[in-house]
Amino acid sequence: MGNVLIVVEQAEGQLRTASLSAVTFGKKMAETTGGKLSLLVIGSGVDKVAAEAANLGAADVTFVDDGALKNYLAETYAPIVVKAAQEKGVSVVGVTATAFGKDLMPRVAALLDAGMAADVVAIVAANKFRRPMLAGNVIAEIEVVTPIVCATIRQTEFAPAQAAGAASPVAKMDAGPIDAKGAEFVSLAAAKSDRPELTEAKVVISGGRGMRESKNFDELAKLADLVGGAMGASRAACDAGMVPNDLQVGQTGKVVAPKLYVAVAISGAIQHLAGMKGSKVIVAVNKDPEAPIFQVADYGLVTTWEKALPELMTEIGKLKAAQR
Amino acid sequence: MKILVTAKRVPDPEQKVKLKGAVLDVSAVNWQLNQFDEYAVETALRLTENASSTGAGARAPEDQVIVCGIGPKDVQQQLRQTLAMGADKAILVDGADDALDADVVARTLQKIVEKEKPDLVLMGKLAADSESNDAGQRLAGLLGWPQATFACTVEITDGGKALSVGREVDAGMETKKVRLPAVVTVDLRIVAPHAVKNGKTASDHAYAEGPRYASLKGIMAAKKKTIEETTLAALGVTPTLKVKTIALEAPPARKAGIKVQSVEELVQKLHNEAKVL
Ligand SMILES: Cc1cc2nc3c(=O)[nH]c(=O)nc-3n(C[C@H](O)[C@H](O)[C@H](O)COP(=O)(O)OP(=O)(O)OC[C@H]3O[C@@H](n4cnc5c(N)ncnc54)[C@H](O)[C@@H]3O)c2cc1C
Ligand SMILES: Nc1ncnc2c1ncn2[C@@H]1O[C@H](COP(=O)(O)O)[C@@H](O)[C@H]1O
Repeated sequence: MGNVLIVVEQAEGQLRTASLSAVTFGKKMAETTGGKLSLLVIGSGVDKVAAEAANLGAADVTFVDDGALKNYLAETYAPIVVKAAQEKGVSVVGVTATAFGKDLMPRVAALLDAGMAADVVAIVAANKFRRPMLAGNVIAEIEVVTPIVCATIRQTEFAPAQAAGAASPVAKMDAGPIDAKGAEFVSLAAAKSDRPELTEAKVVISGGRGMRESKNFDELAKLADLVGGAMGASRAACDAGMVPNDLQVGQTGKVVAPKLYVAVAISGAIQHLAGMKGSKVIVAVNKDPEAPIFQVADYGLVTTWEKALPELMTEIGKLKAAQR
Repeated sequence: MKILVTAKRVPDPEQKVKLKGAVLDVSAVNWQLNQFDEYAVETALRLTENASSTGAGARAPEDQVIVCGIGPKDVQQQLRQTLAMGADKAILVDGADDALDADVVARTLQKIVEKEKPDLVLMGKLAADSESNDAGQRLAGLLGWPQATFACTVEITDGGKALSVGREVDAGMETKKVRLPAVVTVDLRIVAPHAVKNGKTASDHAYAEGPRYASLKGIMAAKKKTIEETTLAALGVTPTLKVKTIALEAPPARKAGIKVQSVEELVQKLHNEAKVL
């Protein structure tokens, strides 16, 4: 007993990097419980993902491959996670707290009659964890008292697992009966971007309502590209249609913790701060000296973006030229 | 369609959090309805009414909105608010705020569902205090119902037998169809002007952004509506916690920052001091 199962997320036959954080969590948990770490991949045509997962240093990798599992549904995936958890005799089941993980794990917990630790930021003991509450204004220590602990892991708090030397054994598991319970995947409208993923970028450049319109985000995009960063936004900018919703940073958007976070024309509402307060260095550009964003900014510049952005391009350009 | 909506009270997110030792100092907390639950109420009203530009719209007798809150007696206040918005009936299940976890909540709601037999349970995608994002999916799991979380659009389809739900996921928007009965948890943008389509209200009808305010008439009418009271024990729910909160503490404070005078100074500092450029 005391084994650990981590669900590895894949999309269209590609392992999602976000999962690597849960793998790191899984390794730490296995050390804590003295058990073995198993990884689980679910989908259709996922043997390659399983092979990739086998390089991550787990004791073994299980994969479930079935045409009916092509598109993720909590209804069909949750019973498979339960089946694997029971076969492996685990005391911990974890997944990264992406939209996928957050949708899936509570349903798994219900089926396992288990308690869930949501959005774990640190491990205290085999069943004790730390997690943020109240928009990150409080850190709670919680104890899960059920024999099996379910957990979703905050990606930014666990470094991605690295490839290990030897490959772990890979085994295929039977899906068991697949019943979608009347749920059906219809379509995915994905926003495509060449920039790094928001949750993985070392630099994030975010804009807020003060950017006023969509075309002004092009200026921010230029800056993001210059520093190889990702684009983010406040809710207000997303709601106004300036940028797609999947760029939203915050309590109800993505949680980011880059080395450098630049907030341009964002006031700094608590719901926004909840998603970026963990960044190493925060820069705020805002024309209002009283904007709350300055309370969390390491470097604040009181000015308009119209003035600051072209100058930033020039100064960073100079720096880059000197570094070459 | 009969819809059960859940309502939790949470501390006002705008209020500064105060701790008393290792617990929340609730003495000065302003409690309010969890915003996502308010959105869920608005969604339920939009799903059931025949709205027009001239009024909130009438509801057919079979279209009902029932709200359920689990918590202390004071939750009546938040339940009254939902009744004033237009919900038909409320149920208050007595329970202390700190004697609940997502599992107790889900098991309690399961009992209410068995009693009320709704076609749909609408919940918030998370509670702004616990932020566990747990209860809805858990309830769906217990009931063996389909689930659609993070809903930003919802449309009644198949002659009222199913919902087509737009879900905000990491990559963009997913469309998922769920047969009824189902559990749906709502995200922020569900209260956008065109997010909800019910087949009765004209499909080009534009709602005002956000949840509706209670009208004076609504507030008066709410006084006559019933809040049924029950207890966990009466519902046969054992309040054993699966997740216990041991202690709360303030997060590490960020070191006070500085204001820079120019972009040039900013870039120099980012390069030489912070070493991030
Ligand atoms: C339940 C709930 C969940 C939420 N979740 C999130 C979330 O996940 N993420 C999120 O971001 N928000 C979230 N919000 C919204 C949040 O409360 C704020 O409304 C939002 O973050 C404000 O966005 P903003 O800072 O862009 O806009 P505003 O608050 O309007 O600020 C605009 C700023 O731009 C500055 N400005 C204007 N013009 C210029 C200029 N020319 N140059 C420089 N500066 C300029 C202004 O001084 C101002 O500070 C949530 C709200 C609720 C109720
Ligand atoms: N005590 C409660 N009473 C009623 N509904 C609740 C309660 N706790 C949680 N919920 C519902 O479950 C949703 C998710 O909560 P959580 O899992 O705590 O993030 C909330 O938006 C509520 O709709």
